[in-house]
Amino acid sequence: MKNAMLNRRQAIALGLGSAATMALAACGGNGGAAGGGDASSIKVGLICLHDENSTYDLNFLNAFKEACATLGISEDDYMVKTNIPEGQECYDAAAELADAGCTVIFADSFGHEDYMIQAAKEFPEVQFCHATGTKAHTEGLDNYHNAFASIYEGRYLAGVAAGLKLKEMIDAGTITADKAKMGYVGAYTYAEVVSGYTSFYLGARSIVPEVTMDVTFTGSWYDETAEKEGATKLINGGCVLISQHADSMGAPTACENADVPNVSYNGSTQEACPNTFIVSSRINWAPYYEYAVNATIAGEAIDADWTGTLATGSVQLTDVNEAVAAKGTVEKIEEVKAGLEDGTIRVFDTSTFTVDGKTLDSYEADVDTDPDYTPDTEVVSDGYFHESEFRSAPYFDLKIDGIELLDTKF
Amino acid sequence: MIHVTKRRELPPQQVLAIRLAAIALALVTCGIITTMTTGLNPISVYGTMINGAFGSQRKVWILLQETALLLCVSLALTPAFRMRFWNLGGEGQILIGGLAAAACMIISGGRLPNVVVIPLEIVAAIGAGAAWALLPALFKAKWNTNETLFTLMMNYVATQLVAYYVMIWEVPKGSGKIGIINQGTQVGWLPQIGSYKYLLNILIVAVLTVAMYAYLRYSKHGYEISVVGESTSTARYVGIKVERVIIRTLLLSGAICGLAGLLLVGGTDHTITTTIAAGRGFTAVMVAWLSKFNPAIMVASSLLLVFMGRGAGEISTIYGLNHSFGDILTGIILFFIIGSEFFITYRLNIQRKGGKGDD
Repeated sequence: MKNAMLNRRQAIALGLGSAATMALAACGGNGGAAGGGDASSIKVGLICLHDENSTYDLNFLNAFKEACATLGISEDDYMVKTNIPEGQECYDAAAELADAGCTVIFADSFGHEDYMIQAAKEFPEVQFCHATGTKAHTEGLDNYHNAFASIYEGRYLAGVAAGLKLKEMIDAGTITADKAKMGYVGAYTYAEVVSGYTSFYLGARSIVPEVTMDVTFTGSWYDETAEKEGATKLINGGCVLISQHADSMGAPTACENADVPNVSYNGSTQEACPNTFIVSSRINWAPYYEYAVNATIAGEAIDADWTGTLATGSVQLTDVNEAVAAKGTVEKIEEVKAGLEDGTIRVFDTSTFTVDGKTLDSYEADVDTDPDYTPDTEVVSDGYFHESEFRSAPYFDLKIDGIELLDTKF
Repeated sequence: MIHVTKRRELPPQQVLAIRLAAIALALVTCGIITTMTTGLNPISVYGTMINGAFGSQRKVWILLQETALLLCVSLALTPAFRMRFWNLGGEGQILIGGLAAAACMIISGGRLPNVVVIPLEIVAAIGAGAAWALLPALFKAKWNTNETLFTLMMNYVATQLVAYYVMIWEVPKGSGKIGIINQGTQVGWLPQIGSYKYLLNILIVAVLTVAMYAYLRYSKHGYEISVVGESTSTARYVGIKVERVIIRTLLLSGAICGLAGLLLVGGTDHTITTTIAAGRGFTAVMVAWLSKFNPAIMVASSLLLVFMGRGAGEISTIYGLNHSFGDILTGIILFFIIGSEFFITYRLNIQRKGGKGDD
């Protein structure tokens, strides 16, 4: 990303003022499209809740620039709006991008959804693609789409790495098996977070059956202080390994300070936390961006719900930090990953967990979002919970045994 | 030796000249810092900022709408400030007004027609804002408590209340977001004038600006506010009921903040979040001070701050610069503008060492 910024700055320094830049943009005329199709006449936009200081938004920004590079969309033909709150500003930003000629507009935050829908209704010729949202399949708009990835599989793999680390600690006598307690800093009590920590926990438990986990919530997607305090509280409460689903450096920093191993999210935090970072799962949004832009160029419909998988390259693990991770982590991850891909391992296999002491044999989830949270779809069959199949955004919101929730009222 | 003396009142042209010189110097300084830190041509950066604020019809509407909202809050704080009652609770008063409006929209959605919901919403939002300011005013009037701390604390109470209700109304469960309320039916949405989304808000604030100007300048209330602000003893001596003026003025201040909450929730965003006020309750403090509590100058001050904000957004989109860079530029410009007040109020007499003073 730094390179892209530099290039633009250099271009400006060479005397291309904003007016000239825009004139060039209007002329189009970019290099050949590497990703197939004719990308030279297309303009795309991205709306971000925060900026590159948030690990979450940085992950989107990097993927967006990577996808644009692959597609041959030049810097003059993509636009990024950062620090756009989840309010009318999002509608305004989307409308401004449409005014500027963008024909595919992406947004990265859950709360942007309704404002994207509002803009989609007003600009029927522009495609609005919203990551993490839940309403596209019921809204019935041809130009409004949701996307997510089966990140629960990535979390599960990260959980396996955590489990191996715990096992190493138990084998070395650092802790006893009954002290194998992990901590998790979550943003909200929302299904997206519940699905994430549950799959992480199940991954760890597949290695260390005795493991338990405490989860604390911050009530915000980005609150560095609260995330740091949350992680510190978990560590003081006896958690020997921390993971998080919130978007600042708060939890990883707290772990580095306390010398407690951390399984990160959104991308590697190894640079800032070399002594505690084990591995991180992340969604790579580039495949989705390429898919949506290529579909628009070809004049094809974009899926109302698109779920990226391990196979599409959307669910990824960063490099394992061998200095902290247990021996054999890389190999074990590869082995489990193969199992997930061929279907021999299911993350939410109902034989591996219980809810209130009972095995789950049926569950109606709230797949079609409504204000009363009405359960509407049976999601358990063939011995596992079918996550992200009936819509892309997660809907696993059960509290399974072994996980203790703290501060659900923030 | 530099000798600082207080000036007599300067003629208006000279005051204007000092201010313009300050802005010119600020722009030069911003330009130098821009080139030094980013290597960009400052002229094209300024051009991009102007383009970001005025570049299209939509951008102008957004600029005016944002200005109107900031101005509305600044106008709300002004009568209190003129009375030297430091109402730092604008943020909370906006939030609580917005919360009341959102409650009307959610609870009555589908049950009552718009002709009933909208008046209800207006009364609730304005009433809630007024009530939120009334509490610190009562304590100030009766027991002379510190209003700065009291109003500030009320902000946190309001934020927590909103957070609580967001958890009750959130969709989907656990997400911490209400989303657009009544998106399908538009119940409780303030009417849109023609195809202009923001025109109603802008007109309401325009009328309010004129009204506030007249109220402060020509009404008996406005005069009483000024006297209380100068000295409560004088006010008492001439027979002004100070407690009554404090309470009445704060009710007005809170009510207008509540109105700002209504315009945000009912007029534009159609949702409620803990961050919907976006710091306007505090930015307005700066606007009010910068304008010396004069509603006419406030129009220009709010426009300047909103322009800088919109411009910062545009340079971040075009040049990939962080928003903080725009904040740095805003900081420099404000520094110069506020600094120029020193030269308007005081005079610098530079004397050679050993020379005799001429005053």
